[in-house]
Amino acid sequence: MKLKLTPRTVPLLVTVLLFVLMFAVGSWRYEGFFAPQVFLNLFIDNAFLLVVGVGMTFVILSGGIDLSVGSVIALTTMVTASLVEHHQWSIWAVILLVLLMGSALGLLMGVLIQVFRLQPFIVTLGGMFLARGLCYLISIDAITITEASYSVISQHHIVLWADNFISWNVVIALVVVALAIYLAHYSAFGRNVYAIGGNERSAVLMGLPVARTKILVYTLSGFCSALAGVVFSFYMLSGYGLHAQGMELDAIAAVVIGGTLLSGGVGYVFGTVFGVLILGLIQTLIMFDGTLSSWWTKIAIGLLLCGFCLLQRLLEPRAGQGASRWRGLRRKRAKQAAPSGNGRFVGVDG
Amino acid sequence: MRHTLLDKLAQWGRHPLCWPVLTLVALLLLNWAFNPQFLHLEIRNGRLYGSLVDILNRAAPLMLVALGMTLVIATRGIDISVGATVAISGAVAAMLIGGTLVIQDGQPVYVAKVPMLLALLAAVGAATLCGLWNGLLVAGVGMQPIIATLILMVAGRGIAQLLSNGQIITIYYQPFFFVGNGYLLGLPFPLYIVAAVFGLLLWLTRRTALGLFIQAVGLNPVASRFAGLNARAILLCVYAFCGLLAGIAGLIVCSNVKSADGNNAGLLLELDAILAVTLGGTSLAGGRFSLVGSLLGALIIQSLTYAIYSTGVPPEVNLVIKAAVVFAVCLLQSETLRRWVFQPRLKGEEA
Repeated sequence: MKLKLTPRTVPLLVTVLLFVLMFAVGSWRYEGFFAPQVFLNLFIDNAFLLVVGVGMTFVILSGGIDLSVGSVIALTTMVTASLVEHHQWSIWAVILLVLLMGSALGLLMGVLIQVFRLQPFIVTLGGMFLARGLCYLISIDAITITEASYSVISQHHIVLWADNFISWNVVIALVVVALAIYLAHYSAFGRNVYAIGGNERSAVLMGLPVARTKILVYTLSGFCSALAGVVFSFYMLSGYGLHAQGMELDAIAAVVIGGTLLSGGVGYVFGTVFGVLILGLIQTLIMFDGTLSSWWTKIAIGLLLCGFCLLQRLLEPRAGQGASRWRGLRRKRAKQAAPSGNGRFVGVDG
Repeated sequence: MRHTLLDKLAQWGRHPLCWPVLTLVALLLLNWAFNPQFLHLEIRNGRLYGSLVDILNRAAPLMLVALGMTLVIATRGIDISVGATVAISGAVAAMLIGGTLVIQDGQPVYVAKVPMLLALLAAVGAATLCGLWNGLLVAGVGMQPIIATLILMVAGRGIAQLLSNGQIITIYYQPFFFVGNGYLLGLPFPLYIVAAVFGLLLWLTRRTALGLFIQAVGLNPVASRFAGLNARAILLCVYAFCGLLAGIAGLIVCSNVKSADGNNAGLLLELDAILAVTLGGTSLAGGRFSLVGSLLGALIIQSLTYAIYSTGVPPEVNLVIKAAVVFAVCLLQSETLRRWVFQPRLKGEEA
């Protein structure tokens, strides 16, 4: 694998620059925007997205996708709220349980994808339905968490300096990011993930543990979703089946804006952090403006996504050859998905 | 003799439409078991009534979107923006029609802001533009289909809300309700739309070379280009057509509920459509596709919903059962599982 530094680092650089630029514009236009606490609030309000984005980064780096993350967050909040409120479990036992549950769900999807050669898109779609449905099986209504220690952790301010503070959620998210950076860039597991995303066949031929790594990637994503669910329940202090609806899109958008290629193999965990911060900043800008309606957030995110994807296309070494790159990638995946299916069922509309 | 019968069964079992048909029949039987009146059809006021008609009618938007999605998936693409397109189409129609009840000469008369036909054309046109935009990104720019359509999926809901100013627009215009609730010759009107679209597609893909072209692009884009196919034009048309069908589905949805909701119209419809296509035996890897299968898939989803409601299972279970169906059907289509189950027979075949 040739290391072409420029096309890889430019999207990341653009993301960081864009963030700085947006923050500068905000500070220039709105009073009170240029404050450390505004910056810290980005972390406080998006800690869960950061955690889930990290998991998603690994999945996308490996060339897959995970649509189930939003529902797993909802399920986690629901199980947590139900066990803590209605069954008086200790919160540590509950947190341990939900983390195991999320990982198990991820493991299940990973096994289905890897062992049975199913499409990640469809399998995680099934996982999304399953987790959302399980939420409603527990309760249709929202459950408010009133447990004392939960509220204490949730509302605790960790003062950094003067009166600027962060919450425990931010600490959790930053620890996850630090671990993820180690895992992605300094461990054998991370190198395997990049190798699989770059070219799975080559990875197999090189003797890398492809099956184990792919299953672990989905397990990791499940774990991150569950952890994000815990963070989310600290943030919202409630469990609800409609929580985190569409969060999978936000997570994917954050990863892509962070410079990770959806075809896999290229990207940085650090980029995802800035992707999440930019999404948070858009919301903060719209909030500070006051005259713009909330749906501009969606349009802005869409435009940003579009811009970044176009940028990625431009930076690709073979951009001049039009659509050949993604076709090559799709072909590669199709071969893996259906090793012997093509010959048998060919026929328009049987 | 017994051997040939087994072989024949195995042959049937490998027919692409075998599983969708069996699933649908099983679901209908399940419905029938819980509700003896299920298969009952009757004509009241010249209209055909019955649970079966109901299922067909309710499944109409999904069937339309699934048909468009089938073609997109056949080219090895995917369109996850159809739900947003449905919302945009509904918002445009509702915005243009609006409608008020005016008393003229003692008679209540419905007045639309813009002539209805024009409004409908504008709505479908807007949806087609959405499809074209997707096609442009996929075929022109060369983005991956999932990310290209993700852009519109995220931004589309915002645009729909922008059009409707973030509110649910209620429509007060009687003629518009015909699109989703009307009856023609005793059958619900949406069924005619589905039949027309299906007929057109069947003709296009079977009686012209278009079906072959689409399949060629999906099976091997490079080879199809060397064979002289204009793969980009085909992709562009396929995505535009998918948008168009989503637009029509949006009109039906909007007319059904007599309002346009930018936030919730067509929510998760893209996932249901992809599910319907997959259930119908079309592989997400592109190439082979089955329009009939997708219709069956849409009907399976609707019958499942109907069964859940009619058997008295709490509706909340719907999603869990859907998940179980997704997993089950995926596993049935999995080559690995087939190899595990049918190993002895397949070995015999190869010998």
